[in-house]
Amino acid sequence: MQITLTVNDAAVTREIEPRLLLIHFLRDDLELTGSHWGCDTSNCGACVVWLDETPVKSCTVLAAMADGHRVRTVEGMAPPGRLDPVQEGFARCHGLQCGFCTPGMMLTARWLLDHNPDPTEAEIREALSGQVCRCTGYENIVRAVQWAARHEAGGPGTGPGAAGPGATASEVAG
Amino acid sequence: MQVPAQVEYEKAASVEHALALLARYGPEARVLAGGHSLIPMMKLRLAQPETLVDINGLSELCYLRVADGELHIGALTRHAQLLASVPAGEHFAILHDAEKVIADPVVRNWGTIGGSLCQADPSEDLSAAFAALKAIMVIRGPDGTRTVPAREFHTAPYETVVAPGELLTEIGIPIRPGCGSAYEKVGRRVGDWPVGAAGAALRLDGDTIADAGIGLTAVGARNFAAAEAEEFLRGAAASEENFTRAGQIAAEHCRPVSDQRGPAAYKRHLAAELTVRALRRARDRAGGA
Amino acid sequence: MNAGRANRGAYGPVPRKEDARFLRGRGTFVDDVQLSGMLHGAILRSPVAHARIRSIDTAAAEAHPKVKAVLTGEILAARKLAWMPTLSRDVQAVLATDKVRFQGQEVAFVVAEDRYSARDALELINVEYEPLPPVIDAERALDRDAPVIRDDITGKADNHIFDWSVGDQAATDAAFAAADVVVTQDMLYPRVHPAPLETCGAVADMDEVSGKLTIWSTSQAPHAHRTLYALFLSLPEHKIRVISPDIGGGFGNKAPVYPGYVCAILGSQVTGRPVKWVEDRSENLMSTAFARDFHMHGEIAATRDGTILALRASVLADHGAFNGAAQPTKFPAGFFGMFSGSYDLRAAHGQVTGVYTNKAPGGVAYSCSFRITEAVYLVERLVDLLARELDMDPAELRMKNLLRPEQFPHTTPTGWEYDSGDYTRTLRVALETAGYAELRREQAQRRERGELMGIGISFFTEAVGAGPRGHMDILGLGMADGADLRVHPTGKAVLAVSCQTQGQGHETTFAQIVAEELGLSVDDVEVVHGDTDRTPFGLGTYGSRSTPVSGAAAAVAARKVRERARIVAAAMLEASADDLEWADGRWQVRGDPAHGKTLAEIAMAAHSSLDLPEGVLGHLDADTVYNPPNLTYPYGAYICVVDVDPGTGVVQVRRFVAVDDCGVRVNPMIVAGQIHGGLADGLGMALMQAITFDADGNCLGGSFMDYLLPTSVECPSWELGETVTPCPHHPIGAKGVGESATVGSPAAVVNAVMDALKPYGVRHADMPLTPANVWSAIQGTPLRTDLALT
Repeated sequence: MQITLTVNDAAVTREIEPRLLLIHFLRDDLELTGSHWGCDTSNCGACVVWLDETPVKSCTVLAAMADGHRVRTVEGMAPPGRLDPVQEGFARCHGLQCGFCTPGMMLTARWLLDHNPDPTEAEIREALSGQVCRCTGYENIVRAVQWAARHEAGGPGTGPGAAGPGATASEVAG
Repeated sequence: MQVPAQVEYEKAASVEHALALLARYGPEARVLAGGHSLIPMMKLRLAQPETLVDINGLSELCYLRVADGELHIGALTRHAQLLASVPAGEHFAILHDAEKVIADPVVRNWGTIGGSLCQADPSEDLSAAFAALKAIMVIRGPDGTRTVPAREFHTAPYETVVAPGELLTEIGIPIRPGCGSAYEKVGRRVGDWPVGAAGAALRLDGDTIADAGIGLTAVGARNFAAAEAEEFLRGAAASEENFTRAGQIAAEHCRPVSDQRGPAAYKRHLAAELTVRALRRARDRAGGA
Repeated sequence: MNAGRANRGAYGPVPRKEDARFLRGRGTFVDDVQLSGMLHGAILRSPVAHARIRSIDTAAAEAHPKVKAVLTGEILAARKLAWMPTLSRDVQAVLATDKVRFQGQEVAFVVAEDRYSARDALELINVEYEPLPPVIDAERALDRDAPVIRDDITGKADNHIFDWSVGDQAATDAAFAAADVVVTQDMLYPRVHPAPLETCGAVADMDEVSGKLTIWSTSQAPHAHRTLYALFLSLPEHKIRVISPDIGGGFGNKAPVYPGYVCAILGSQVTGRPVKWVEDRSENLMSTAFARDFHMHGEIAATRDGTILALRASVLADHGAFNGAAQPTKFPAGFFGMFSGSYDLRAAHGQVTGVYTNKAPGGVAYSCSFRITEAVYLVERLVDLLARELDMDPAELRMKNLLRPEQFPHTTPTGWEYDSGDYTRTLRVALETAGYAELRREQAQRRERGELMGIGISFFTEAVGAGPRGHMDILGLGMADGADLRVHPTGKAVLAVSCQTQGQGHETTFAQIVAEELGLSVDDVEVVHGDTDRTPFGLGTYGSRSTPVSGAAAAVAARKVRERARIVAAAMLEASADDLEWADGRWQVRGDPAHGKTLAEIAMAAHSSLDLPEGVLGHLDADTVYNPPNLTYPYGAYICVVDVDPGTGVVQVRRFVAVDDCGVRVNPMIVAGQIHGGLADGLGMALMQAITFDADGNCLGGSFMDYLLPTSVECPSWELGETVTPCPHHPIGAKGVGESATVGSPAAVVNAVMDALKPYGVRHADMPLTPANVWSAIQGTPLRTDLALT
């Protein structure tokens, strides 16, 4: 079957098998290897990407389900040559070590700050609780998000149309 | 990572279209909503449907509205939307309590209420919450719409009354004054399936319990409910002593199984302990503190 | 020796150079590697723990239109490749031939056009198994009637692997006899798994024309792997290139050679195309190097006033079906001899018996420092139990018995020479940081209200940086590591080291070491690692050896370069080399700072036609092999505060204070990050992680639904402190820190929970302290955690 979707603001059309998982579509078909996978049971979150501006575990979504929708991966977090404040926060605060969980963590952090610009530490930890890191003990990931919150300057994703699950269901449906 | 077997795929454009597709492809077709119950099973090849009928585009099934004295929850509502819904939280705090401890925030973005209920896992939190609320399930089929009480919705582990050609479209909960509800869960870690969990919904008349709903999950309670404990509480005072007794009765009537989450004796203890805690908070929220 | 120098220009919290690619999703992990014509491999694994293989029918799989090859044990056996050596001088099946010996064991290998087809083809292979009774309970493995697992070993009639002992048994017996108090405790360190977020895998590319094998793999020891492939596969070693690209966490899980790597190589040979094999998570958890599984019996002897006299340890070690534990050859039980701990003891004696069971092979992994995790857990639990027996505060008991600074270097009763330490100072810092006295007051108040609050201490000494090649080798390869430093004409440097990073920040830390020695900017030093074609030989990264060994090698090579630069500078300045001094990154004439040369200027001159003294070669390069004179001994004091809900058994870690001493810290930010990660490990192992089995040998920890890892919610905000006691024998005084927190933290958490449960009279419960286990302990019956409940 054929799917057409927008990935990092570019239109993409490909022929796929219905069973193809979104994470494999991104990594193998589109060669966007920045998103990773680390488990079989939707637990680890290494595969988190945005589907219609909402973080999802792309290992648990079929590429077919993304047909007609918008996907954003770490490669599309910021224009070339620039870093999103979240990315910068991770660099400054040593929020990454091996880098494997990092893209997913950053995309969820970006979504969090878009909807809650001044989160408490508990809110940050809660937002990231579905994603595993084996290296950092989470300490510097939290600090990275806090740094980004303090150093935002109307970063990407804060403009109009950034509706997510915070909106009521009927708003989303309509 | 494990990957699914070959499957055919259809995208439904409307509820009618979805029903027609289900009719066409028969019992080997499965409804695909958020996919966060079905796709993991397909990856492990525990489920191998021949056709997927993708209903994610059916925005008409995604709603949360108060009308006719009921909270109506469209089956395609995402967990995150239920958690964020102000009316849902105001009327039925148990739903927010439960959603906060279901899976994790990212899974909640895509998994749906209907999907979780139809997966019918014997440890599903929402099954207990809706049982406590004595919700009504609305099912649509080729011959029209029918309703089924939440407590009659599940027939066995992983089985519901939704027939192959049907769709769960809505969960309705009557809104009554003087109500308070709460959910209490123990897991081995955040996001884990419950080791044991209890939900309570009380309607108070002064200090007396006019009606009680107690839902239990993961402990082998019949229909995810503690009917005997509810019976005991009806007309009784909303007291600590009665709550303790209700917890004991609930524990007596469940049939937990020992497994990696814990021995049966522990789960039976949790059934009692968490029932009491849920009843306390439900009473406090009903204004009967 | 340059220990303890205060003003270090390039040392400090320098941001990491490697971050640039990871932040943009441009890392290259093994599964990111895409080669033209690449095929995908998948492994068919045994569903049962112990069975004879009656037949394997691969015809249907071979007939699948997208399948290019199918390998079985029989095919490998014809080339004598069905069995391969393990890191403990045992053998392990690459693909099973006669029997399968653990659930998840490799049985067949399919190579197909794409990963989905490879997975489909597995279902087309028909294997007939004849089940055999499995040995699952390690404590039954040596029963007279236990089924023999390793009947592939000629004459093997039992499941015994080794006996090992250390210490003076007579002296220990005497000390125990003289003691006023003896406390004994059985304790299990359950089987756990490192579970790095990236699973193991390889892309093997055998070039038919040149005969060169290039293999990208998740390897913590690429050179050792290269040598192993050369020996095992009879390939010329100079035609093998092992590339460890970016690695998503190692933690010891990626030290061994796995059957999947070998199958990928053979698949590439057979098909003439590159073959990628990357395991899924269940394969990782069920078949790759697990960690721990030590059934320990400990005894501690003391005087009535709290002087610890001696320790005894007796251990049953479950090694799984093949002895694949990765530790230096002469240490079959790793460094478990460190169980005498951080205390001034008269004597100690320990013995370990290793056995086979029908489980995956491994044992040494997960930041264990070669079994020091087990050793520290044992001694720190015993010390707490002794404190309880003596009705003495556990901090006070430790303070009384810790080794004193003047006692270093100190040789322990089990033969380890600790290099340096100021233990009581570190413990004091931890107690002050935690506000220990105030915590005890709070605990007393809460106890009166029936609330369960616990405070747990762990003090540990590590032995890392293996090691002196005279007595430390792995499979005969001495544990010395090389470093190769070249300074280009324009003064930029390239350092090639043999260890390689899986997230530890080597590209930054090692650049800092060289920059410091040569007065360069950190940006001007490039670190090359992980590619055997571009780096000198070494034994790789694990056992916290990067800074102690490769870091030392880098410093030594840099100092050699600096000395060569001195000669060239002398020629440039027309002075005598003896009249020059190194200051502010320049060689300058002593007493005349106006006349000096920077390293960049010297580098250009060294490549020019400048007249150099007789016998002095041009360029500005140096290399070295660093053979550590001893291990290094980082240490720390950890304090954990927990709150326990008595109604449910749920444990919450409220606070965790960690004060580490790892000698000189090149990059304190990176050091802190290493500690944070290890603390999360300890919390996870103490509260939720275990790989358990049922009586049939089914692995119950084969997914992240059941093998639970701690998240951001369970982890508190870690509170770190430091003391710095330089290592006297290390060129820059550093000790290494990668595993310290994983080693020290589990005991702190368990001690805290047991402290919380004291009002219920609970002495001990095994990890993991899940809610069910804690509640059961309160009822008086803690759970057995290695086997399934049913």
